[in-house]
Amino acid sequence: MQTIVSIRNLSKTYAGGFQALKKVSLDIQRGEIIALLGPNGAGKTTLISIICGIVNPSEGEVLVDGKDIIKDFRATRSLIGLVPQELTTESFETVFGTVSFSRGLFGKAPNPAYIEKILKDLSLWDKRDNRIRTLSGGMKRRLLIAKALSHEPSILFLDEPTAGVDVELRKDMWKVVSALRESGVTIILTTHYIEEAEAIADRIGVMTKGELILVEDKAALMHKLGKKQLILDLKHKLETLPATLNEHDLHVSGDGLQLTYTYDTQGERTGITTLLDDLRREGIGFRDLQTKQSSLEEIFVKLVEESR
Amino acid sequence: MNWYAIKAIYHFEMARTRRTLMQSIFAPVISTSLYFVVFGAAIGGRIQQVDGVSYGAFIVPGLIMLSLLTNSISNASFGIYFPKFTGTIYELLSAPVSMIEVVMGYVGAAASKSLILGAIILATAGLFVPLEIAHPFIMLFFLVLTAVSFSLFGFIIGVWADNFEKLQLIPLLIVTPLVFLGGSFYSANMLSPFWQTVTMFNPVLYLVSGFRWSFYEIADVSIGVSLAMILLFLASCMAVVWWIFKTGYHIKN
Repeated sequence: MQTIVSIRNLSKTYAGGFQALKKVSLDIQRGEIIALLGPNGAGKTTLISIICGIVNPSEGEVLVDGKDIIKDFRATRSLIGLVPQELTTESFETVFGTVSFSRGLFGKAPNPAYIEKILKDLSLWDKRDNRIRTLSGGMKRRLLIAKALSHEPSILFLDEPTAGVDVELRKDMWKVVSALRESGVTIILTTHYIEEAEAIADRIGVMTKGELILVEDKAALMHKLGKKQLILDLKHKLETLPATLNEHDLHVSGDGLQLTYTYDTQGERTGITTLLDDLRREGIGFRDLQTKQSSLEEIFVKLVEESR
Repeated sequence: MNWYAIKAIYHFEMARTRRTLMQSIFAPVISTSLYFVVFGAAIGGRIQQVDGVSYGAFIVPGLIMLSLLTNSISNASFGIYFPKFTGTIYELLSAPVSMIEVVMGYVGAAASKSLILGAIILATAGLFVPLEIAHPFIMLFFLVLTAVSFSLFGFIIGVWADNFEKLQLIPLLIVTPLVFLGGSFYSANMLSPFWQTVTMFNPVLYLVSGFRWSFYEIADVSIGVSLAMILLFLASCMAVVWWIFKTGYHIKN
């Protein structure tokens, strides 16, 4: 595949001394969807902001379609569309007016037919004459996507596009993103949600504390992150684990009243049924059970520790 | 040159004016009319002619300058501050536009609005006093130059300000006093020698004086000096705007 965005040793230190990015390097392939995962303050938005021209880098280089984002800013920015994290819109402008404004700002001649198509694709055509302040949060989010697409970009940055969005709208948004990819647009999105990355991304990058600690194909990473735990609250205190249960990945709590089983959700079998059969055979009863997936924060901490 | 971007910014800003006609046009016209009523009719009737011109007519150039300066500053400062305040400036910063194009869009719109306002005030003045314009082209030249220069100044204030208080600080505490004390309502010759000297340090005096000369051929300072001062102010503002975009001051970091 051909590289469309090439980031080399990119660093950013803000005026107050905070280092938001530390020598980040990444190649983004034409036509792929790459998701950047990371906790708040990881540097995801700063990375996107530099590529789009909103923030000046402290050092490093970014090439978009082989052109430098600073020296050839006109060429590179013409290729990029950005959907920001916050719902930052004018209040009194109309939907059609603001999308037309965005197209003009990016140096494109007016094309009402194209804007009509975008608004229809994003289910906003009925609202074209409405003032932006009358739109719901979900509609504003779609409007920001329409604005970002108004100049027909070949690269689209989505900065946490589904933050604070309900499940239904989130799935609608995923459909929109997938349709864009089908049309050949390269998509870079940042998110807190593993399931979002799982649903739409080809590759996943994990950022923390200004560093890109890994970039992998989704399948490989989901396998790593796919660990889940079954927690059993026992009826009676368990002094020692019977030898017959050794084949299971079990952990007994300090007070002997809780049994934790770690399993792989991506595996062919979870082993839960066998475990429950073995427990019954050993006469180990339980009052309650629950399953728990490691939070993204926990996974990040683990990944950071592993990377050191 | 990204002409579509300049056009987009310009139209966007002009559309904002159309949405706020009461605030943008009617309010300044009403306040200027009140100045004519108070200074021109009520007080002006008791003041003898100034350099052969009736007091009511004498204050017309000063009143136009007063509105032109304050509105150029407020239009341009609000124009660039508001996207910063709402966060929509991300779009401007990520667009393939250069410094000159952004300035042309915002300052062009702010200056256009001020010029429209100036023309309306001039027409309004015609209802109160008999008007004569000795040098209409020089008058127009001064009008355009002042509108552009002070719109640039307003743009700088809008970039510098990080809250609404700062946005009003310089216009209210510095510009308005300078305009009132810059010979808008009187000739510097009417002051004592000491205050005449003090007034010479007020840059607005040179604008009002030059503008008044284009109407009645009377001035506190020569027309050449007035022109040089406004050009110097224009050049200073352009230099500051260039520096702002070069460094990303209060915009990109």
